[in-house]
Order: sequence, then C-alpha cells, then structure tokens
Amino acid sequence: MKLLVTFSRGKGRKPIIAQVVRDTGVLINVERANIDSSEGEALIDVPDDQCQLVRDSMSGLGAKVRILEHGIIYNESECVDCGACISICPREVFSFDAEWKLQYADEKCILCGKCIDVCPHRALTLPL
Amino acid sequence: MHKTIGQINERIREGCARVVTAEEMPGIVAELGEEGALKEVDVVTTGTFGAMCSSGAFLNFGHAEPPIRMERIWLNNVEAYGGLAAVDTYIGATQQSDTLQAEYGGAHVIEDLVAGKSVELRASSHGTDCYPRRTITTELLLENLNQAIMCNPRNAYQRYNAATNMTDRVLHTYMGTLLPGSGNITYSGAGVLNPLSNDPKLRLIGSGVPIFLCGAPGMVIGEGTQHSPAAGFGTLMVTGDLKQMSQEYLRAATMTGYGVTLYVGLGVPLPVLDLDVVRATAVRDEDISVDILDYGVPSRSRPTIRTATYAELRSGSVEINGEEIRTSSLSSFRRARSVALELKQWVESGKMPLALPARAIDPIKQNKPMHQSKKGPRVLDIMDRSVITIGEDEGIQTAAKKLLRGETNHLPVVNGQGILVGIITTFDVSKAVANPGKAHLVRDIMKTKVITAAPDESVDIAIQKLEQNNISALPVIDHDRRVIALLTAMHLGKLLGGRWLK
Repeated sequence: MKLLVTFSRGKGRKPIIAQVVRDTGVLINVERANIDSSEGEALIDVPDDQCQLVRDSMSGLGAKVRILEHGIIYNESECVDCGACISICPREVFSFDAEWKLQYADEKCILCGKCIDVCPHRALTLPL
Repeated sequence: MHKTIGQINERIREGCARVVTAEEMPGIVAELGEEGALKEVDVVTTGTFGAMCSSGAFLNFGHAEPPIRMERIWLNNVEAYGGLAAVDTYIGATQQSDTLQAEYGGAHVIEDLVAGKSVELRASSHGTDCYPRRTITTELLLENLNQAIMCNPRNAYQRYNAATNMTDRVLHTYMGTLLPGSGNITYSGAGVLNPLSNDPKLRLIGSGVPIFLCGAPGMVIGEGTQHSPAAGFGTLMVTGDLKQMSQEYLRAATMTGYGVTLYVGLGVPLPVLDLDVVRATAVRDEDISVDILDYGVPSRSRPTIRTATYAELRSGSVEINGEEIRTSSLSSFRRARSVALELKQWVESGKMPLALPARAIDPIKQNKPMHQSKKGPRVLDIMDRSVITIGEDEGIQTAAKKLLRGETNHLPVVNGQGILVGIITTFDVSKAVANPGKAHLVRDIMKTKVITAAPDESVDIAIQKLEQNNISALPVIDHDRRVIALLTAMHLGKLLGGRWLK
C-alpha cells in the first residue's frame, strides 16, 4: 500500500522514517521523496497488513499520513494511444496491448508527475 | 497481368472488390506470391495518425450588416490570417492564443468547431465606403459558416527521423520531451501503413486522388511543402471539408515547451494495378528505416546516432552504445489502423470510388535548405579577443589581481599546454578569500565543467547557452580547446544598434 507522508522539519529535524522503521520493524520502501529545509514529502510503500502500524507510528511522530489509492488520473477519452508517456515514466506504468491500445498500470504509479506535461493531449492529471 | 482503374471501380460497384489494409498486404503477398496477390487484391488502404503541424483551414463567415472587411481576426483569441478579402480567413494549427499561449491554439479552434462547440469571432477593420463596419464580435458554430475547408500544406510525411538527446539536460521539442543522456527515443510515423511508403514512386498518389482526411472524404492537391521523395521524405498537400470531419481523427495537442500542433488522420486507397503496386504495398515495418538524430545539437544538420527500422522502434526499445533505450511513439498506430480500416469500409461500400492522379507528383524532387543572403551575427563578430586566462597552479591572490587588472569577472583556467580546464569568477575568488584555509590554488576553486562557444557559432546559440545555464560568460575555444576569446553578456550589447539589426 502506498502512503503519502508529509512532515514539517521545523522542530529538531527528527529522522521520522528511520525512527518508524526501527520502532515498528517494518521495512519501508521509499518510492520518492522531496525534502527541503522546512518540510518534506515522501511516498512510501509498505505491506498492506502493516499499513496501520506504520500510519500510527508516523502520526505519533507528528507526520501527516494519507493512503494513496490511485495513481495519476488517466482520461481515456482524451488519449489517442500515441505512447509519448511510455518512455518517460520511470516505473513503466504505461504500455501497449496487442492492439496498440495504451494500458495503464495504476498500482505501479508513484505520482511523480513526469508524464503530465509529456502527454500531447493532456490526458493525464494529478489527483487532488 | 494488370488491371485498369476502370476494372477495379467496376468490381467495387458490383460489391466484389477485395480490399485489404497495408498491414495485411505483406502477409497476403507472402502467402499467395506476387502474381497471386495481384489476382486476389484490388485495393490496399493506408492510414496514418500523427502530429501534422503544417495544417489549417479556410473559413468563410458570410457578411455582417453593415458589412466589414476584416483585417485583423481572432477566433477564441487565436489570431487568424487577415490578408484575404472581406470575410475569409485561414486559421493555422500552430498559431497560439493571445491569452492561453501554448495551451490553446489554432488546432484547438479547429477541433472545437468540429466538436460542435461555439467559437468567438472577433475582428477589426479600418472601415471603407463599401465596408463601413469597423469591429465585430460574434459566437459561431461550424454550421454557421458558409465554407470550412481544411487545407494542409504539408501532411503525411513518408517517414520521419527519430529523436534522442545526448546532452545532459531535458529538451522540449516537436519530437516531445527528450530525456538527457539519450534517456529515451521518440519517433513518429505509421511505417507499414504510411501512404507514401506504400507508393514511394508516386505512381498512384497525385493531384485529385481521393483520400480519407480526418474522417471526411478529401483529396490530394499535389506535392506538399518540403516534399523530398529523393531522400525518402515525400509529403502531400491535402484538402477536405471540415464540416464532415470527426474528432476521432482530428485532435489538437500541445507539445510542452514547443507549442500547439494538430493530430491528423489521413489515409489513401491504392488501386492494385500491377506487380509494381503489389511489391510496393508489400512493404513492412522492417523495410522502412529512419535515422535517430541527436536533437541536442541545435542545428539544421543534426548528427545521426544510428538508424533503426519502424519494427525496431515499435518493439519498445532500441540499443544505443550497448544500452537498451526505451522508445515512445508520438503518432498513434492504433488510430492509423482505424483510418485504414474505415477507409477499407468506405471503398468496399462504394462510398469512395478510386481515381488515378489527374497530375503526377514529382517522385525524385530534393528539398533545399533556405537560401540565406545575409549571415546572422556569429560569435567571432562580437567576442572579446583580449581574453585574460590563468594557470591552474597559480595562487588565488594572483587570480584576484588579474581580475582587478583585467576589469573582468571571468577567468578561463588553462593547464601547462594552454588547454582550457576550468573557469573562475570574481564570486569564486571572493568566496575563497572570505573563507580562508582550505583553498590556495586556482585549481582548488575552479569550476571544471565549462560551457564554451565556438567562434563560428551563431550568436543565437551562444545566447541560449547563457540563458539555459544561467551564466554570463562563455570562453570561446578553438578545435584544440585553446582559449581564443571570451564572450560575455556585455558583448551582446554590440548587437544593439549595430549593423546586425539594420
């Protein structure tokens, strides 16, 4: 399950993810992270059955945690099946089927947003 | 054996013509042989669906009361051509909106009209005795127009070069987004289904030949602009009635960082007259190769990294320097296939009788580059030849003195052989002085990644380097990387008011 963790780095700059890994023993996979001097955002992947444990532990350390149920929003009616997104995506979310129709593997998406501007037909958008 | 166009049209009328797509044809020829395929197949339909920037439409709005002779014209804030008399205009696909820029353009206006949406016409005029009106604003639907005739000067490229990027920064081009370090390859074209690739000698495709254009019956006008079949890059000028077109085969698009374009679906039915047609239409993706060019080189002649066939490009990855690089198509093979299939139905049902060219298109023409009577400014015209350099083993204090004496902010750093190895600025020296201790020599504080210019390079290219790297000077070097001059933002001032702007 994918979790979007946001935290402020104001007080003490706590190593939140490392702390949670140590406290819970859950091996967290960091899919992407964007951390600057004042705040941070990390997309992490954890086993489904340990999701609640990680959430509680993160929240206890002052982070905001949101479950990401969906990847990028794919508007099929705008898509013309060109495939411009295919080689841009770092997670190989997009592919063609045998009929050259674009296939979208929602579960692989880490919401990095690289495909959004690449789509000539503006068929891909970030969920709110 | 051969067939006449009359015999083929007769079979179409009788409902017994065998029509196949260009994708099916290679298999049929392999199975039945060339003679067998000639006997069996009457028509091969082709199709392509991709970005075709050189597209647009002539529109006639009818006369207002009192009438206006429109001189400046906007449709949904996208300017259209005002050099045609009174209420005619040409809306070009790549023209961008005055307000939304690249997110909306002429292509979007055309798509909105086809989609049945209303479009705002705004026009102005200086007013004449016969056309007294000076301004007009009105909402229009496609059905309100007398004519809406798509007329595309350059469509249906026979094939198109693929693109990659050997530089270390992301490029935004009409070939899409190109990742640094040849991070991806983009390509365009329908390969096996492409109309001109199935008739490279232009025996069947020429003026007056009926075609499928964005879902409407259209026609080939003649050769397209930049038509260059000698090099394998033939193009077509085509026309069709916008009022009969469908959004399914006509889509506006924006290539980020480049601009607006129009995706056009186009197909040509090819009558199978003789063995030459059979051989030409048996072409496969494997037989059509294109060059993969380095779009990192901002020149008309970009270096070829390697060649690849459409079969390789479509496989999903192509090898460059021992690495598998993922490919992205910018055109849609699925829709190209739909074009060929729909055209097949049109021909089978008798909706589109075939015709041979009323006038042939030149099959051996070669495109020429622009004749430039005036050369634009080059780096050597404005660079400062009295450049001061410093050795990498000299002290920081020496550098400071040189900067002061030379009244410059940049010192290219050279090694014992006089070869450029780095650059330091007044900022680097000040920083080293403000934090004394670690660094003593120029080599300790220099930047080794130096962006340079060549003397014969266009100033426009040098300006782009300054902008993209957010720097204010470029060492100018010769072929041996010896520093011969410095080009700074200050020297660009020479362009203003100088002979280059006359």
